[in-house]
Amino acid sequence: MWKWLHPYAKTEKAFGLCNTLQPWFAGTFFLLFITGSVWGLLFAPADYQQGDSFRIIYFHVPSAMLSMSAYVAMAIAALVGIVWQWRTAFMTMIAIAPVGAVMTFIALFTGAAWGKPMWGAWWVWDARLTSELILLFLYCGVIALYHAFDDKQQAGKAAAVMALVGVVNVPIIHFSVEWWNTLHQGATITKFDKPSIAPAMLWPLLLNILAFASFIGWVTVLRLKNEILRREIHRPWVKAVLSEKREGANAV
Amino acid sequence: MSRLYQGVFKRDMTLAFHQKGELFQPVIFLLIVVCLFPLGVGPGPEMLQRISPGVIWIAAILSGLLGMERLFKDDFLDGTLEQLTLSGLPLYAIALSKVATHWLVSFLPIIFLSPLLGMFLNMNLAMYQALIITLLLGTPLLSLVGAIATALTVGLHRASLLVSLLLLPVFIPLLIFATSAVESAAMQLPYSPQLAIIAAMTCLALASAPFAISYALKVSQH
Repeated sequence: MWKWLHPYAKTEKAFGLCNTLQPWFAGTFFLLFITGSVWGLLFAPADYQQGDSFRIIYFHVPSAMLSMSAYVAMAIAALVGIVWQWRTAFMTMIAIAPVGAVMTFIALFTGAAWGKPMWGAWWVWDARLTSELILLFLYCGVIALYHAFDDKQQAGKAAAVMALVGVVNVPIIHFSVEWWNTLHQGATITKFDKPSIAPAMLWPLLLNILAFASFIGWVTVLRLKNEILRREIHRPWVKAVLSEKREGANAV
Repeated sequence: MSRLYQGVFKRDMTLAFHQKGELFQPVIFLLIVVCLFPLGVGPGPEMLQRISPGVIWIAAILSGLLGMERLFKDDFLDGTLEQLTLSGLPLYAIALSKVATHWLVSFLPIIFLSPLLGMFLNMNLAMYQALIITLLLGTPLLSLVGAIATALTVGLHRASLLVSLLLLPVFIPLLIFATSAVESAAMQLPYSPQLAIIAAMTCLALASAPFAISYALKVSQH
């Protein structure tokens, strides 16, 4: 495992890995996203209670689930960076952060759009909504801290510490908000029962979850490549890559 | 060895008490913030009693953040922090001593002041007792976790807003449990579970925050 992972601490190898992964992530994303969305939005049966407006689930649930997974991925990258002093790990961390923040925002936005017709309110202080909002704040904190430093290596380490403080807090926040909610108000309209979802509705949802995961992977890989190029601009191999690109562009 | 720690601690305390103006700023800030609420939401005693735990706790968090920046800043600027790092003393112990200073200077006065605040906001005795216990258990957590973010940003100019941005989301669980303990007390319900959770969070922070602070200080000084 270690021998297999260790070369990727070098930016050149990591860049190569990104190049290998990029078409796979992009391909999986387009294939699954188009299939899942078309299936979910057009062909899946309408909900007996919510009618067609339930179909926003095909964007809401994947983004909400993956906003948390992206945070965990970011924290793992941060931990790897701190423990083994890998520059590429810090770069990966900061490559994931904005993508995760956008996922969180999509989850909140689609949630609000879904909440308006179903609950009659754009926003309620329900446990899940609140913890998702706090997750967005945590992402913002990590990104803001990273950009406050001029020295990007130092910035990576600082943001990594903050990401880890956040990940310790995420379960605490989640449960505190849940208990806070139940302590104050019993079961209200906000507590929607998760129906045992019909397979015809479930399959497009699963496809879209995978599609969103590949989307995060794809954008992260693109951002990581950019970050590596920007930070290693004076290395010979980067110059070689860039001049190749330029020649390719000129030939066309 | 322990005499060296005592020296660090004594020096910090002496410095804090030399700047008398700054010493009282967080407390006066807290007092003013709490006074704004009856003016803002109306002086109805029942309303004030209902919002009192939240108001006092939010004001305490904000005033704690206000005093946070000078935790390491002066020592960083005049090079003392570098000397302490090089002194061979474990940095986490120094960090813990500085956190203790911050708590004694910023939060202990607030705890002494809290009877007055409780009176302003029409708290009853049960609520007031719960408030004191939550403040005693919870404010060390604010100092400990706050010091991590302060240590990370010590090399930056004008970082106080950034520190608040980083810390306020992290303090939400504490706010929730502390205010819910006081509210349970107001309804004559047992509130020991909330206290236990606050104590558990403080213990976790006490065990892990000093190491995070010392790492953060090393990062800040390259």
